[in-house]
Amino acid sequence: MNPILEVSKLNKSFGGVTVARDIDFVLDAGAMHCLIGPNGAGKSSFFRLLLGEHAPDSGAIRFSGDDITALRSFERIRKGISVKFQVPGIFKALSVRQNLEVAFQHHLHGASLGGTIRRVLEFTNLTGEAATHAGVLSHGQQQWLEIGMAVGVEPKLLLLDEPTAGMSPDETRKTGEMLHELNARGITILAVEHDMAFVQQIADSVTVLHMGAIFAKGSIDEITEHPGVQEIYLGAADE
Amino acid sequence: MRRLELPDASEAPARQGLRLWLSRLEGPQTMGRGPGFWVAAALAVAAAAAYPAFANDYVVGNAAYFLVWTFMAMGLGVVWGYGGALSFGQTAFFGLAGYTYGVITINIGSAFGATWLALLLSVALGGIFALLIGYFMFYGRIKGVFIGIVTLSVTLVLETFMAQTAGPQWRIGEARLNGFNGMSGMPPLTVPWFGGDVLLYAGTTLYYVLLGMVVLVYMGLRMLLNAPFGNVLVAIRENPERAEMLGYDIRLYQMLAFGLGGALAGTSGVLYTAWGQYITPSSMGLTSAALPIVWVAVGGRRDITATLLGCLLVIAGFQSLTIYGSQYALIVMGVLLVFTVLVTPNGLIYTAMDRVGRLFGEARR
Repeated sequence: MNPILEVSKLNKSFGGVTVARDIDFVLDAGAMHCLIGPNGAGKSSFFRLLLGEHAPDSGAIRFSGDDITALRSFERIRKGISVKFQVPGIFKALSVRQNLEVAFQHHLHGASLGGTIRRVLEFTNLTGEAATHAGVLSHGQQQWLEIGMAVGVEPKLLLLDEPTAGMSPDETRKTGEMLHELNARGITILAVEHDMAFVQQIADSVTVLHMGAIFAKGSIDEITEHPGVQEIYLGAADE
Repeated sequence: MRRLELPDASEAPARQGLRLWLSRLEGPQTMGRGPGFWVAAALAVAAAAAYPAFANDYVVGNAAYFLVWTFMAMGLGVVWGYGGALSFGQTAFFGLAGYTYGVITINIGSAFGATWLALLLSVALGGIFALLIGYFMFYGRIKGVFIGIVTLSVTLVLETFMAQTAGPQWRIGEARLNGFNGMSGMPPLTVPWFGGDVLLYAGTTLYYVLLGMVVLVYMGLRMLLNAPFGNVLVAIRENPERAEMLGYDIRLYQMLAFGLGGALAGTSGVLYTAWGQYITPSSMGLTSAALPIVWVAVGGRRDITATLLGCLLVIAGFQSLTIYGSQYALIVMGVLLVFTVLVTPNGLIYTAMDRVGRLFGEARR
């Protein structure tokens, strides 16, 4: 397979706390991959390293064959990475349509901007809410709006930090369908997720992080049967 | 669930060029739309244009003085209201441009429209100085209240520096800086005309020139704020991390907005100096630096129309009170600011416009 993301020997510490420890990670183009791990495992920190919000102490990140380790966040986004945060990162004072305009106007103008907005509104089931202030949408709708903002300009890689956090079971199922559709369109997806049922719904393969290091990799069945994985989760539950 | 498809280039043709920009006179970032709003705006400008027919030249010259300050207020509205960076030091750019106008015109005079060249150069210098300060602030990751502290420091340093330039050695060509007594003797704005230059002393002609400039700058800002630049600026104010993660270099946008705010403050500085042929270091002092914040906060920082109207209203009120003592007027300004923050945090004019808009359904965004 053709790797879209290659992380090698990535290390990051804050004072005495190590959040990334010699991480080697390869993600194939077109994959639908989940990162799991107990609280404090370093999942969100790994995302922040990928996005350039934290600079690594050592190691390298390559995206589509280019070394992006030294690039700023907005430069990485322009190369085709897109992100949806755990807490909906939308502009609450703007309407749904304005949110999408801001998200796409960097790449699209005029009629193609209008057309894309219309399609994303349909895709996210928000057509009826186009003029609504984003701040008054339901939590699930805010999550969808942000997914729409992240995918309207067709990124190569979509990073999702707990995309279903706080969603109802029905909203979670719909979100899974959305992600499958996006993946079918060729968007590689890397998601941090806690909900194992959702991981089973969407992931081809799973990586388990623990204490800043990669603990296990494999298919969802291999991971659920892995003797050490349940132990670290139960250990985390005991904390 | 519907399918997400690629953008289709066969959509209706988009507006381009001048028509596109004119369409941006209305948009999500400015209050007021539809015929009702524009008829009201035209009536307001017509009333302002008719005003000199009903007042003597001194009173009209005083009204021109109110207009002088609106540029700095609108600039602060862009930087603070739209961009989310509270600058406490717009007076630094005001003072720098004002002194620059004095230095240039005292040295080269006012013939052949030289005062207008001086205006342009001074405003450009104010803008460039703001870009420089903005570069160090935003690329240095200074945020929030620290922007206020840095900008206030800049204006106070400039005030302190200019206050100690009393000696005869402090001159640039013919122009004496004159320390705390201030610089004077520069010509007013001068229009070259057949049969003799027209000197724009505080009076009716200057009033009309300023009114025209206010209308042009106001319309220009409406178009800019409804353009992609304005949308991104508001997005940065609302959620800078998200804005950056959409691919925007937020530092660049913030720096450019700050530069624009500096150029507009510089415009006020030049016009103030040309209006009274006088500028002092106290124009960059603490009191002067605080007043634009009061105008913009009371009017409403998040809408350029509210900022403009609020600025005119508060300055007119401030001057009326000054007749009874400038210290009392300042206390009233302070009370007004506290009242606004506590009762109508979006600004008095903004809140009033919003209510009227809801009634008529047209002025809403």
